[in-house]
Order: sequence, then C-alpha cells, then structure tokens
Amino acid sequence: MTPKVSLRGVNKSFGANTVLHDLTLDVSAGEVVSFIGASGSGKTTLLRCVNLLEQIDDGAVLLDGDEISAVGRDPNPIRRRVGIVFQSFNLFPHMSVLRNITLALTKVLGLSSGDADTRAAELLARFGLAEKASVYPDQLSGGQQQRVAIIRALAMQPEVLLLDEITSALDPELVGEVLDVVRELKGSGITLLIATHEMAFAREISDRVCFLHAGSVAEVGAPSQIFSEPQDERTQQFLRRVRSH
Amino acid sequence: MVLVAVVLLVPRMPRWDRVKKSFFDVDQMRDSFPRLIDAFWLDVKIFAWTTPAIFVLALLIALARNSRSPALFPLRALAAAYTDVMRGVPVILWIYLVGFGVPGLGLERPYNSPLLWGSVALGMTYSGYVAEVFRAGIDSVHESQRAAARSLGLSSAQTMRFVVLPQAVRRVVPPLLNDLVSLQKDVALVSLIGPIEILRQAGIDKAKFANFTPYVVAALIFLAVTIPLTRLTDYLWQRERRRTSGTRVAA
Repeated sequence: MTPKVSLRGVNKSFGANTVLHDLTLDVSAGEVVSFIGASGSGKTTLLRCVNLLEQIDDGAVLLDGDEISAVGRDPNPIRRRVGIVFQSFNLFPHMSVLRNITLALTKVLGLSSGDADTRAAELLARFGLAEKASVYPDQLSGGQQQRVAIIRALAMQPEVLLLDEITSALDPELVGEVLDVVRELKGSGITLLIATHEMAFAREISDRVCFLHAGSVAEVGAPSQIFSEPQDERTQQFLRRVRSH
Repeated sequence: MVLVAVVLLVPRMPRWDRVKKSFFDVDQMRDSFPRLIDAFWLDVKIFAWTTPAIFVLALLIALARNSRSPALFPLRALAAAYTDVMRGVPVILWIYLVGFGVPGLGLERPYNSPLLWGSVALGMTYSGYVAEVFRAGIDSVHESQRAAARSLGLSSAQTMRFVVLPQAVRRVVPPLLNDLVSLQKDVALVSLIGPIEILRQAGIDKAKFANFTPYVVAALIFLAVTIPLTRLTDYLWQRERRRTSGTRVAA
C-alpha cells in the first residue's frame, strides 16, 4: 500500500546549518507517529516540510505517492489536506474563536457562512468549548487557545495533521486538556505526525516512535521498543538525559 | 513655570505695547475672523480630498514593498525608490516643482490649476510617509500569523487581506493620525503657489492693515482643529499601549 506520507532522502539547511540530513521515513494512513529528540534535532522542520511551510533543498516529500515537494507545485491545495498546529497556537487575535475557525472554511473551502458556522459549532461543542465561540483569543487560557487551534485545523477535515510541540508553551496543569483532544483523534482515520517532548504521551498514543538525531532518523519502532529497549546508543543517551530530571 | 514666567515677564518688556497692538488687536481680530474662516474652508477641502488619496496610494506602495515573490523585485525597487524620493525632499519643494511645473506644460483649464497640482504634490509626499507607516505595521505582524494562515490553505493575498492587514492597520492608527495632524497644517503650504487659503488670506490682511493679528487668528483656528485631533491620537495611542504591552509597572 502507498504510504500516506513519505519522506525520501530529505535535506534541508538554513544557511550553513543543516537541519534535515538525508531523512527517510514512511507513514501509513491513519498511523500515529511521534518524533522525539533533542532541541535542534529537526522535529519542527520535518513537520513544516510536510505541509510546505519550508521548501526542502533535496529529496522528496510524497503525499499518497504524489510528489508534493516538486518545485512550482501550488502549496494551497496540499495544505487543505495537511493541517498543522503550532507550539505558539497562532490564533488570529483580531477574530473571535468562531471566526478563527470559519475563515478558511469560507475562503478556502468555499463553504457558505451558515455551513461553516455549523461545522465550527459542532467541533467546539465536541471539545467542550461551545460557550467560547464569540470570545477573542486573548480572553482564553493557553490550553483553551491550543484546543481552538486544533479545532481550527480539524475543521478543514485534513487527512494528515501535524502537531508541532503543541504542549510546550503550556502551564503543566493545562497540558492534559490538550492531550485529551489528541487522544480523541487517534483511530478516527486521520494520520498524526507529532513532534513532542512529552515522553509518556508519545509512548501512550503512538503506533510508532521516531527518534531524530542531527536531522536524520536514528531509530524508529514501536513505543515499547523505543522506550524500553532502545537499540541505538544515541537513543539510549537521549532517554537517560530526559529521564534524569 | 514657563507659562507663569511668560505671563509675568512679557508684559514688562519695553515694547510690549507695540507688540500687543500689532499682534493682539481685538478689533482687527473681529474684522479678519470671518474672512479667515472662509479661507480656512479651502484648507479643509484640500485636506478632505488629499487624505483618502494618500491612504489608498500609501497602502498600495506598502503592499508593493512587502511583496515576496522574486518576480516582483522591480515593483519592490520602484516602491522603495518612490518613498525615498518623496521623503527625501522638503514638502514645499515638491509643491513648487509640481505646482508650477506641471501647469507650465500648457495644460488646458481646469487642469492647469496650481490648487490641483499643489494638492497632488502634497498627496505624493504624504503617501511616501504614510506608506512607511503602513509598512512598519505590516512588518510588525509576527511571521507565525502568516504561517498559520498559509497552513490553512489561504493564498498569500487572502493572508494579507484577512489576517495581516487588519492587525497591521489597528497597530498604526496612532502614527497615522499623527501624520494627519501634520498634513492638516502642511495644507497651508499650498498657499505659496497661489490659492487663497487661510495662511495667504492672513498675509493679505496683514499687508492691508499693517497688523500681524490675522496671523495670530489663523494660528488659533489651526489649533482649534489640531488640538482635538492630537488628543484623540494620544488617547488611541495609550489605549493601544495598554492593550499590547501588558501590566503597567507602578510608579
């Protein structure tokens, strides 16, 4: 079967700084893959290359076998199929929660404002934010903002959702409510690529865990294998460091 | 302090009587006021028709300068050159050059009016300044906002229109009003190429009555308009600061 997302020998540098180095990985449809690794190991850049927020230097990114990273491809139709949620939420501060969600529904998908409102309201209700529809982002807690950001991406009904360290900017007591949303997505058929520092969460939710080191896949496998019997020495070192505090 | 010193000291100066008579003559004030108000109406009109043109032109220039496509490099260069040239020359020089130069080409009435071309010169220079204000506003919107909008599939034009510009314009309302206060005064410079607006009318009255009071009246009329506008600017500025810069530190 064709992988949903396929990274083939991807290279990406910012100036002299090589961030992704000959990175290759296939992700199946509906699979949940977490990326762990030290800061600067390339997790965020990898995700941003999948929805073309970054242009790769070499190699190929494929979506359903289709080379989306080809030079000159219009990124907009691809981004409708591949959503992303950012570490810093990035809600639009000048729009209400509802409008944050419906903007792309009406302007990109061409839904009528009535249909867009209905879809947004359903999602807000499903994730316990129904009463926040008319509120502005700065009146929400970080956890609520991030849940709205997830809903905003989900409303586009993407096939693939990229979660870029979505709990890293949150107070510890707010992490749970955001992770609960992600738990609910697992098994819905959506493909999840998750960059995270939450090791327990990665272990719990992932079908596979991928340890990145210096922009390449150092080790990839089932969560139990990666966390209990890591084979690669760099994975072992990383996990020791993470667990020692 | 300064005010008290001025009020106490100036009347003691040896020639205060003469100055008082030639700058603050009450009868002269009464006589000139209606003419000056009439003439001021022209300032208001010039202000009213140049302002929208300035805003539209400035926004287009700012958008051109903020374009990102490599193919649009010539447009960016042109927009940058425009703002540099417009801001690099005193307003009054542009008014002379355009206001006398263009009608001198032999255009037919009414296209040869100094009033028209003086206004155009004013609009050209101010659009250069205002474009920079818009550009600063656009630049101040964090790149992550664009990333969020683009990641949802919005085109770069949609991103600019729905996400970046609304935030940018909100942030630059105070500096924009500041430029409007300046424009409101610089309208008087158009008088230098002919149109009888308030400053020129004051000059005529001064010459006729050999008295400077009309200038004082003109200044007061300007203040009656600019002070409320300045207060409004300050108020909006403070409100924006409160909104965006977090909790105030106690004095």
